[in-house]
Amino acid sequence: MLRYVSYFKGLSEADLAAVNNHVFEKKAARGEIIVFEGEPSDAIYYVNEGVVKAYKTSADGKEQILRIIRPGDTFNDVPFLGGVNLATAEAMSPVVLYGIKKKDLETMVHDYPQIAKNIIRVLSHRVEEMVNLIEDFSFRHVHGRVAKILLENAGNGGKPRLTQQEMAAMIGTAREMVGRSFKNLEAEGAIRLEHNRIIIANRAVLLKIAGLDE
Amino acid sequence: MPGLPVIDQSKCNCCGLCVNICTRGALKIEGNTVKAVPVEDPDWCTMCELVCPTGAITCPFEIIIDEDGN
Ligand code: SF4
Ligand code: SF4
Repeated sequence: MLRYVSYFKGLSEADLAAVNNHVFEKKAARGEIIVFEGEPSDAIYYVNEGVVKAYKTSADGKEQILRIIRPGDTFNDVPFLGGVNLATAEAMSPVVLYGIKKKDLETMVHDYPQIAKNIIRVLSHRVEEMVNLIEDFSFRHVHGRVAKILLENAGNGGKPRLTQQEMAAMIGTAREMVGRSFKNLEAEGAIRLEHNRIIIANRAVLLKIAGLDE
Repeated sequence: MPGLPVIDQSKCNCCGLCVNICTRGALKIEGNTVKAVPVEDPDWCTMCELVCPTGAITCPFEIIIDEDGN
Protein backbone atom coordinates (compact mmCIF):
# COMPACT_ATOMS: atom_id res chain seq x y z
CA MET A 1 0.00 0.00 0.00
CA LEU A 2 2.90 2.40 0.67
CA ARG A 3 3.49 2.92 -3.03
CA TYR A 4 0.16 4.76 -3.17
CA VAL A 5 1.14 7.28 -0.50
CA SER A 6 2.24 10.47 -2.22
CA TYR A 7 5.19 10.75 0.17
CA PHE A 8 6.78 7.58 -1.09
CA LYS A 9 6.39 8.00 -4.83
CA GLY A 10 9.47 6.96 -6.73
CA LEU A 11 11.00 4.75 -4.02
CA SER A 12 12.27 1.30 -4.95
CA GLU A 13 10.62 -1.87 -3.64
CA ALA A 14 13.51 -2.37 -1.20
CA ASP A 15 13.24 1.19 0.12
CA LEU A 16 9.49 0.84 0.49
CA ALA A 17 9.99 -2.32 2.50
CA ALA A 18 12.40 -0.48 4.82
CA VAL A 19 9.96 2.39 5.23
CA ASN A 20 7.17 -0.06 5.94
CA ASN A 21 8.84 -1.10 9.18
CA HIS A 22 7.87 2.25 10.67
CA VAL A 23 4.22 2.11 9.67
CA PHE A 24 1.53 1.35 12.24
CA GLU A 25 -2.14 0.64 11.61
CA LYS A 26 -4.88 2.50 13.43
CA LYS A 27 -8.60 1.88 13.31
CA ALA A 28 -11.25 4.31 14.48
CA ALA A 29 -15.03 4.29 14.70
CA ARG A 30 -17.35 6.97 13.37
CA GLY A 31 -17.08 10.11 15.50
CA GLU A 32 -13.78 9.14 17.05
CA ILE A 33 -11.22 11.94 17.24
CA ILE A 34 -7.88 10.89 15.81
CA VAL A 35 -5.88 14.04 16.47
CA PHE A 36 -6.80 16.97 18.68
CA GLU A 37 -6.10 20.55 17.65
CA GLY A 38 -3.39 22.12 19.81
CA GLU A 39 -1.91 18.88 21.08
CA PRO A 40 1.69 17.93 20.27
CA SER A 41 1.79 16.53 16.78
CA ASP A 42 3.45 13.13 16.77
CA ALA A 43 2.30 11.31 13.64
CA ILE A 44 1.03 11.75 10.09
CA TYR A 45 -1.74 9.53 8.77
CA TYR A 46 -2.73 7.98 5.49
CA VAL A 47 -6.39 7.08 5.00
CA ASN A 48 -6.76 3.56 3.67
CA GLU A 49 -10.48 3.11 4.26
CA GLY A 50 -13.25 5.52 5.22
CA VAL A 51 -13.38 9.30 5.47
CA VAL A 52 -11.82 11.75 7.92
CA LYS A 53 -12.66 15.42 8.34
CA ALA A 54 -10.17 18.03 9.52
CA TYR A 55 -11.78 20.99 11.22
CA LYS A 56 -11.36 23.91 13.55
CA THR A 57 -13.82 24.85 16.25
CA SER A 58 -14.55 28.46 17.15
CA ALA A 59 -14.94 29.75 20.71
CA ASP A 60 -18.74 29.54 20.38
CA GLY A 61 -18.57 25.94 19.23
CA LYS A 62 -19.01 26.41 15.47
CA GLU A 63 -17.19 23.92 13.32
CA GLN A 64 -15.34 24.91 10.17
CA ILE A 65 -14.32 21.98 8.00
CA LEU A 66 -10.94 22.55 6.41
CA ARG A 67 -10.53 19.32 4.49
CA ILE A 68 -12.32 16.08 3.74
CA ILE A 69 -9.73 13.31 3.58
CA ARG A 70 -10.68 10.31 1.48
CA PRO A 71 -8.83 7.03 0.90
CA GLY A 72 -5.45 7.68 -0.69
CA ASP A 73 -4.81 10.99 1.03
CA THR A 74 -2.78 12.02 4.09
CA PHE A 75 -3.48 14.36 6.98
CA ASN A 76 -1.80 16.02 9.93
CA ASP A 77 1.26 16.53 7.77
CA VAL A 78 1.61 20.30 7.98
CA PRO A 79 3.33 20.35 11.40
CA PHE A 80 5.84 18.10 9.73
CA LEU A 81 8.71 18.66 12.10
CA GLY A 82 6.67 18.46 15.27
CA GLY A 83 4.85 21.42 16.76
CA VAL A 84 1.15 21.12 17.49
CA ASN A 85 -1.76 19.75 15.49
CA LEU A 86 -3.29 22.61 13.52
CA ALA A 87 -6.75 21.08 13.29
CA THR A 88 -8.81 18.32 14.84
CA ALA A 89 -9.25 15.19 12.74
CA GLU A 90 -12.34 13.07 13.25
CA ALA A 91 -13.47 9.84 11.61
CA MET A 92 -16.71 10.40 9.67
CA SER A 93 -17.18 6.67 9.14
CA PRO A 94 -15.31 3.60 10.36
CA VAL A 95 -11.74 4.19 9.19
CA VAL A 96 -8.51 2.28 8.70
CA LEU A 97 -5.44 4.48 8.82
CA TYR A 98 -1.73 3.98 8.45
CA GLY A 99 0.41 6.22 10.58
CA ILE A 100 4.07 7.13 10.76
CA LYS A 101 5.64 8.81 13.76
CA LYS A 102 7.11 12.19 12.91
CA LYS A 103 10.46 11.28 14.42
CA ASP A 104 10.66 8.23 12.11
CA LEU A 105 9.71 10.42 9.18
CA GLU A 106 12.63 12.69 9.93
CA THR A 107 15.03 9.77 9.75
CA MET A 108 13.44 8.64 6.50
CA VAL A 109 13.86 12.05 4.90
CA HIS A 110 17.51 11.87 5.81
CA ASP A 111 17.93 8.38 4.35
CA TYR A 112 15.78 8.88 1.25
CA PRO A 113 15.98 12.46 -0.11
CA GLN A 114 13.26 11.60 -2.65
CA ILE A 115 10.80 11.66 0.26
CA ALA A 116 11.74 15.28 1.02
CA LYS A 117 10.85 16.29 -2.53
CA ASN A 118 7.54 14.49 -2.30
CA ILE A 119 6.74 16.14 1.01
CA ILE A 120 7.44 19.59 -0.41
CA ARG A 121 4.96 18.86 -3.18
CA VAL A 122 2.28 17.76 -0.70
CA LEU A 123 2.86 20.75 1.56
CA SER A 124 2.74 23.30 -1.25
CA HIS A 125 -0.55 21.79 -2.35
CA ARG A 126 -1.89 22.25 1.19
CA VAL A 127 -0.80 25.87 1.27
CA GLU A 128 -2.59 26.41 -2.03
CA GLU A 129 -5.80 24.95 -0.61
CA MET A 130 -5.56 27.14 2.48
CA VAL A 131 -4.91 30.30 0.48
CA ASN A 132 -8.03 29.60 -1.57
CA LEU A 133 -10.05 29.14 1.59
CA ILE A 134 -8.72 32.39 3.04
CA GLU A 135 -9.64 34.19 -0.15
CA ASP A 136 -13.20 32.92 0.21
CA PHE A 137 -13.38 34.00 3.83
CA SER A 138 -11.92 37.43 3.41
CA PHE A 139 -12.72 38.88 0.03
CA ARG A 140 -15.74 37.27 -1.43
CA HIS A 141 -19.12 38.25 -0.20
CA VAL A 142 -20.27 34.68 -0.38
CA HIS A 143 -23.19 35.28 1.93
CA GLY A 144 -24.77 37.89 -0.33
CA ARG A 145 -24.10 35.87 -3.47
CA VAL A 146 -25.80 32.80 -1.99
CA ALA A 147 -28.78 35.02 -1.15
CA LYS A 148 -28.87 36.23 -4.76
CA ILE A 149 -28.79 32.69 -6.13
CA LEU A 150 -31.62 31.63 -3.87
CA LEU A 151 -33.74 34.56 -5.05
CA GLU A 152 -32.97 33.87 -8.70
CA ASN A 153 -33.81 30.20 -8.43
CA ALA A 154 -36.84 30.33 -6.22
CA GLY A 155 -40.03 29.13 -7.75
CA ASN A 156 -42.88 26.97 -6.69
CA GLY A 157 -42.15 23.99 -8.84
CA GLY A 158 -40.88 25.62 -12.00
CA LYS A 159 -37.17 25.95 -11.19
CA PRO A 160 -34.45 23.31 -11.22
CA ARG A 161 -33.31 21.94 -7.88
CA LEU A 162 -29.78 22.93 -6.93
CA THR A 163 -27.09 21.23 -4.88
CA GLN A 164 -24.68 23.06 -2.58
CA GLN A 165 -21.96 21.98 -4.98
CA GLU A 166 -23.74 23.61 -7.91
CA MET A 167 -24.33 26.83 -6.00
CA ALA A 168 -20.67 26.89 -4.97
CA ALA A 169 -19.65 26.50 -8.60
CA MET A 170 -21.99 29.32 -9.64
CA ILE A 171 -20.40 31.64 -7.10
CA GLY A 172 -16.85 30.35 -7.51
CA THR A 173 -16.43 29.34 -3.89
CA ALA A 174 -15.93 26.22 -1.83
CA ARG A 175 -18.95 24.04 -1.12
CA GLU A 176 -18.43 24.44 2.62
CA MET A 177 -19.00 28.17 2.30
CA VAL A 178 -22.47 27.58 0.87
CA GLY A 179 -23.51 25.36 3.77
CA ARG A 180 -22.21 27.98 6.15
CA SER A 181 -24.19 30.72 4.39
CA PHE A 182 -27.39 28.65 4.66
CA LYS A 183 -26.93 28.54 8.41
CA ASN A 184 -26.29 32.28 8.63
CA LEU A 185 -29.27 33.11 6.42
CA GLU A 186 -31.43 30.88 8.57
CA ALA A 187 -30.20 32.55 11.77
CA GLU A 188 -31.13 35.90 10.26
CA GLY A 189 -34.63 34.69 9.56
CA ALA A 190 -34.34 35.03 5.78
CA ILE A 191 -34.76 31.34 5.00
CA ARG A 192 -35.89 28.12 6.63
CA LEU A 193 -34.30 24.76 5.90
CA GLU A 194 -36.81 21.93 5.85
CA HIS A 195 -35.19 18.70 4.75
CA ASN A 196 -34.51 19.17 1.03
CA ARG A 197 -36.37 22.46 0.77
CA ILE A 198 -35.07 25.94 1.25
CA ILE A 199 -37.99 28.15 2.08
CA ILE A 200 -37.62 31.85 1.58
CA ALA A 201 -39.29 33.02 4.76
CA ASN A 202 -38.53 36.71 4.47
CA ARG A 203 -37.91 37.94 0.98
CA ALA A 204 -37.21 41.50 2.08
CA VAL A 205 -34.37 40.43 4.37
CA LEU A 206 -32.94 38.16 1.68
CA LEU A 207 -33.05 40.97 -0.89
CA LYS A 208 -31.21 43.21 1.51
CA ILE A 209 -28.51 40.62 2.14
CA ALA A 210 -28.20 40.10 -1.62
CA GLY A 211 -27.76 43.84 -2.01
CA LEU A 212 -30.79 43.99 -4.28
CA ASP A 213 -33.02 46.19 -2.17
CA GLU A 214 -33.66 49.70 -3.31
CA MET B 1 -42.57 12.10 1.34
CA PRO B 2 -39.18 13.73 1.77
CA GLY B 3 -36.80 13.29 -1.13
CA LEU B 4 -33.82 10.98 -1.40
CA PRO B 5 -30.34 11.80 -2.69
CA VAL B 6 -29.95 11.35 -6.42
CA ILE B 7 -27.42 8.78 -7.58
CA ASP B 8 -25.91 8.85 -11.05
CA GLN B 9 -25.00 5.19 -11.52
CA SER B 10 -22.76 5.98 -14.48
CA LYS B 11 -20.46 8.00 -12.21
CA CYS B 12 -20.65 5.74 -9.15
CA ASN B 13 -17.69 3.41 -8.64
CA CYS B 14 -19.33 1.70 -5.68
CA CYS B 15 -16.57 2.73 -3.26
CA GLY B 16 -19.08 2.73 -0.41
CA LEU B 17 -17.89 5.95 1.24
CA CYS B 18 -21.38 7.45 1.22
CA VAL B 19 -22.87 4.28 2.69
CA ASN B 20 -20.43 4.35 5.59
CA ILE B 21 -20.91 8.03 6.25
CA CYS B 22 -24.69 8.04 6.43
CA THR B 23 -25.86 8.07 10.04
CA ARG B 24 -29.43 7.23 9.02
CA GLY B 25 -28.75 4.02 7.13
CA ALA B 26 -30.43 5.54 4.07
CA LEU B 27 -27.83 4.27 1.60
CA LYS B 28 -27.28 0.63 0.77
CA ILE B 29 -25.11 -1.38 -1.57
CA GLU B 30 -27.12 -4.01 -3.40
CA GLY B 31 -25.07 -6.19 -5.71
CA ASN B 32 -22.81 -3.57 -7.21
CA THR B 33 -25.06 -0.56 -7.14
CA VAL B 34 -25.69 1.98 -4.42
CA LYS B 35 -29.30 2.75 -3.61
CA ALA B 36 -31.00 5.37 -1.49
CA VAL B 37 -33.82 3.89 0.53
CA PRO B 38 -36.54 5.59 2.58
CA VAL B 39 -35.92 5.44 6.33
CA GLU B 40 -38.08 6.37 9.29
CA ASP B 41 -35.94 9.24 10.44
CA PRO B 42 -34.40 10.75 7.30
CA ASP B 43 -32.03 13.69 7.25
CA TRP B 44 -30.69 15.96 4.52
CA CYS B 45 -27.23 16.47 6.02
CA THR B 46 -25.68 16.23 2.51
CA MET B 47 -22.65 14.42 3.93
CA CYS B 48 -22.96 11.74 1.25
CA GLU B 49 -22.56 14.42 -1.43
CA LEU B 50 -19.65 15.91 0.48
CA VAL B 51 -17.66 12.67 0.67
CA CYS B 52 -18.40 11.20 -2.75
CA PRO B 53 -15.13 11.26 -4.72
CA THR B 54 -16.81 11.15 -8.12
CA GLY B 55 -19.79 13.47 -7.72
CA ALA B 56 -22.16 10.56 -8.30
CA ILE B 57 -24.44 11.25 -5.36
CA THR B 58 -26.11 14.63 -4.98
CA CYS B 59 -28.55 16.24 -2.58
CA PRO B 60 -30.40 18.95 -4.49
CA PHE B 61 -32.53 21.56 -2.74
CA GLU B 62 -35.82 22.89 -3.94
CA ILE B 63 -36.03 26.62 -3.34
CA ILE B 64 -39.52 27.86 -2.65
CA ILE B 65 -41.08 31.09 -1.57
CA ASP B 66 -43.22 31.03 1.53
CA GLU B 67 -46.64 32.37 0.49
CA ASP B 68 -46.76 34.42 3.67
CA GLY B 69 -43.22 35.69 3.26
CA ASN B 70 -43.37 39.33 2.29
S1 SF4 C 1 -28.17 13.36 3.15
FE1 SF4 C 1 -27.24 12.54 5.05
S2 SF4 C 1 -28.88 11.25 5.90
FE2 SF4 C 1 -29.42 11.62 3.74
S3 SF4 C 1 -28.55 9.88 2.62
FE3 SF4 C 1 -27.01 11.52 2.56
S4 SF4 C 1 -25.68 11.09 4.32
FE4 SF4 C 1 -27.57 9.92 4.64
S1 SF4 D 1 -19.45 7.72 -2.50
FE1 SF4 D 1 -20.08 8.16 -4.61
S2 SF4 D 1 -18.88 6.73 -5.86
FE2 SF4 D 1 -18.77 5.98 -3.74
S3 SF4 D 1 -20.47 4.53 -3.57
FE3 SF4 D 1 -21.28 6.50 -2.91
S4 SF4 D 1 -22.18 7.40 -4.76
FE4 SF4 D 1 -20.86 5.73 -5.43
